[in-house]
Amino acid sequence: MRRKVPSDLAALEGKSFDLDKAMTIVSFILLFVIVVIPVFMIIYNAFFYDGKFDLALFESVIVDKENISAMWHTVIIAFAVTVFGTIVGLFYAWLLGRSDIPCKGIMRALFVIPYMFPPFFGAMAWDMLFSARGGYVNEWLMTTFHLAAAPVDVNSIGGIIFVEVSYYFPFVFMQVVSALERMDPTLEESARIAGASQGTVIRRITIPLVTPAISAGALLILISSLAHFGVPSILGFSKNIYTLPTMIYAFISRSGGSFEGIRQGAALSILLVVVVAIALVMQKVILSHGSYDIIKGKSMRPTLIKLRGAKYPLLLLSIFTLVFIVIVPLVMIFLEAMVKAYGLPLIFANFTFDNYKSILTSQTTLDSIRNSMFLSITAGIICMFLGVMIAYVVNKIKPKGKEVLEILSVLPYSIPGTVLAIGVILSWSGTLGINLYNTLWIILVAYMARYLSFSMKSASAALQQVHPSLEEAARACGASHTEALKDITLPLIRPAMVSGFFLIFLPAMRELTTSVLLYGPYTRTLGVQIYSLRDAGMIPQASALASIAIGIIIICNAVVTWITKDRKGV
Amino acid sequence: MTEQIALHHVTKRFTTKTLGTITAVNDFNLSVEEGECFSFLGPSGCGKTTTLRMIAGFEDLSEGSIDLCGRTVSDKTQNLYIPPENRGLGMVFQAFAVWPHMNIYENVAFPLEIKKIDRTQIKKRVTEALKHTSLSGMEEVYPDELSGGQQQRIALARAIVTNPKVMLLDEPLSNLDPKLRETMRFEIKELQKKFNFTIIFVTHDQSEAMAISDRMMVCDMGNIVQIDTPTNLYTKPINQFVHSFLGQSTFLHVVIENGRIYPKGAMNQEISLPLPEKYDKEMIIATRPNAIDINREKGFRSKVESRIFLTGSTEYLVRVGEQLLQVQTPHRIVFAPGEECYINIVEPMWYPEDKDDADEERQKRQLV
Repeated sequence: MRRKVPSDLAALEGKSFDLDKAMTIVSFILLFVIVVIPVFMIIYNAFFYDGKFDLALFESVIVDKENISAMWHTVIIAFAVTVFGTIVGLFYAWLLGRSDIPCKGIMRALFVIPYMFPPFFGAMAWDMLFSARGGYVNEWLMTTFHLAAAPVDVNSIGGIIFVEVSYYFPFVFMQVVSALERMDPTLEESARIAGASQGTVIRRITIPLVTPAISAGALLILISSLAHFGVPSILGFSKNIYTLPTMIYAFISRSGGSFEGIRQGAALSILLVVVVAIALVMQKVILSHGSYDIIKGKSMRPTLIKLRGAKYPLLLLSIFTLVFIVIVPLVMIFLEAMVKAYGLPLIFANFTFDNYKSILTSQTTLDSIRNSMFLSITAGIICMFLGVMIAYVVNKIKPKGKEVLEILSVLPYSIPGTVLAIGVILSWSGTLGINLYNTLWIILVAYMARYLSFSMKSASAALQQVHPSLEEAARACGASHTEALKDITLPLIRPAMVSGFFLIFLPAMRELTTSVLLYGPYTRTLGVQIYSLRDAGMIPQASALASIAIGIIIICNAVVTWITKDRKGV
Repeated sequence: MTEQIALHHVTKRFTTKTLGTITAVNDFNLSVEEGECFSFLGPSGCGKTTTLRMIAGFEDLSEGSIDLCGRTVSDKTQNLYIPPENRGLGMVFQAFAVWPHMNIYENVAFPLEIKKIDRTQIKKRVTEALKHTSLSGMEEVYPDELSGGQQQRIALARAIVTNPKVMLLDEPLSNLDPKLRETMRFEIKELQKKFNFTIIFVTHDQSEAMAISDRMMVCDMGNIVQIDTPTNLYTKPINQFVHSFLGQSTFLHVVIENGRIYPKGAMNQEISLPLPEKYDKEMIIATRPNAIDINREKGFRSKVESRIFLTGSTEYLVRVGEQLLQVQTPHRIVFAPGEECYINIVEPMWYPEDKDDADEERQKRQLV
């Protein structure tokens, strides 16, 4: 049992100003403002009208045929993405974690690349290649084989599923690879001794033992895909294929920001929240039982399975997959960024730097980069400190109601970004006396709510490693509670704070889902600007900006790797 | 008696990024008889586990061949390799390796199911195996509800259920607490008597190995140092390493001049002992702390430096020139610190002065 050392000591000292108490109160207030108010406002506005309980709006939203089809699409897509993403992730996790396939290190690094980039970049690239109207590959196939219609249409449910799978399978891949690596190899060896062949061992021992990791990853895919906005909006709008998040966006943008439109969006959000909540309950149920202790014994390299004859065909397959889902979209964006006009063949004569010149001289674009930088850094720093404070309160002070604090700080992560954005609009556009609408601050508030759990989890994990005796030792050496906190605890968790910052900074730089609902004329973010350039048909310019974003993301990731490699230096 | 396990010139080399090629097992030759309990003993990195894993079939050999029950299972010259599942062995691991997603019955029944034995037969044999390992009535229990000792019993039951001729035990008792270790050791011997299998027992715990083995192999840094019965290994260790590895040892560095023995660094008093058959100028006398006679009348004159009262004996550090010798006596023999005393080494073993880079080499191997 972990003791409540600091607060006990503080009580003994009988101080009038109690740092611990102050932190506890501030944590509660902040989470109330950032999390509780927006959630409450959505529910309130969906069910109440003019202060009276009113189900009319909610009913009209539910029976609407378009909305039902959107919900149906959301569920179908999420289900298919989960199934295929899990299969792909599992297959490659096994191949890289347990077989003797060559070039493991580099392939592993490449397989998590989709994780770095926003899926809507991929959607843009695949749209350029396989759109039924003027996709490069389709055009080429049609002229070469004299086809009447485009053979592949990425602007379809199938296309959306494909692109989402290519971005979400790393969830399962990473979970399972690490489970396979930490698994005690003698569990498998004892089955071999018992007379089971390699195939039987995989089927009867390995797969059942990594099932918890598989389901954790699969449910992460499910929840992410249910709430996902970018891919279905880029691939689906032209063919009127809507999912719940894109439908909510359509409602709001159609109504031009009117209150009625936002209310309808709020009602629809409830529907989305219900779907996600069902998935979350499933997650709880599935993950609560069936987590085995498979990490035991001496650390020994697991015996690698010899692929023998299948080695090079499988290597070829992996390389093909990597090229297809990682390299092709990235290359496509860079090529398109150079082309004079969308639709022109990708040959050297059609290449130009004008797209870069035009976006880099456009004030809106430069503003969007600046806005994103400002928002990501600010949200990162604020959340880093808030996360540490809340983690400290939850793990070390342990006041009454710490469970509430914990749930509140993780809750926004499970709320779809679209829904969160609507809650933020409803809360901070004047209804409660504060109007932040069309300012950067409203986006900042949304980012903080969305990403606080990242830094809080990272700080929590670090704080749990700091044994109470370390702070006690400092107190015994004559340090006050504040000094012990400042000189002992904080330096010990500093690496976790730094990584917490980047956990927020990186996704915030490429954020689209919430920003696209919250931006005003002067507060576009990088993601929003790419999205709107493309929406306005300026595809080469959008690609040019996307390629700049890719550059920024790669540089930032390199910096993170460099910093976290030698944690002592932080 | 027939030969059950035979290793011929078995060698295993690993290539590591940091240390280059390391010979983990260097030219092992040994033969284990049917029904024997044979231990591999040595510090970590000595090659004992690698050897066991080659017998089990988890590691391929670099050179040599292995015979199991009269059948060649690995042979580098013929490029023959039989996978572990076809070697018909029983094996118990240090970390139990009991499958957490199966209950006790399913765990023990697994080897029989794989062999496609019919259900009633499986039930009968599992029940019997559980009875012999004191697990009867716990068929439905899942392993994570059990203590380490019970988990290891499941592993034992699972290993004996197929009635294998050879049982490989890879430090099976190291994860258990000392009391339980003794009970389990006894139970393993009982099972061996009942089922009459040959045991290869890997351990780094010398007292465990002494208690359980008919014969043992002591290895160090990838080489076999000595193979013998526990008694012979204890009384006639082939070198200083084996001497210090089995039981307590105390060493005295001596110089031999004109056929007389002096403690190194204190040439004024002669030690009266018969000379060994072969000797260099500088030698080491090795003995056990309880094999030194300490008295007030005759022997080598020395001085008691300190005294520690232990549970079974009193331990004195006795000064011999610049060296300190460990001496253990029954409690009734009492000397005060600082008191003059006389000592006689009763059963000395003579070893040449060791070159002292072996420890460094051992540490390096543990990192691999």
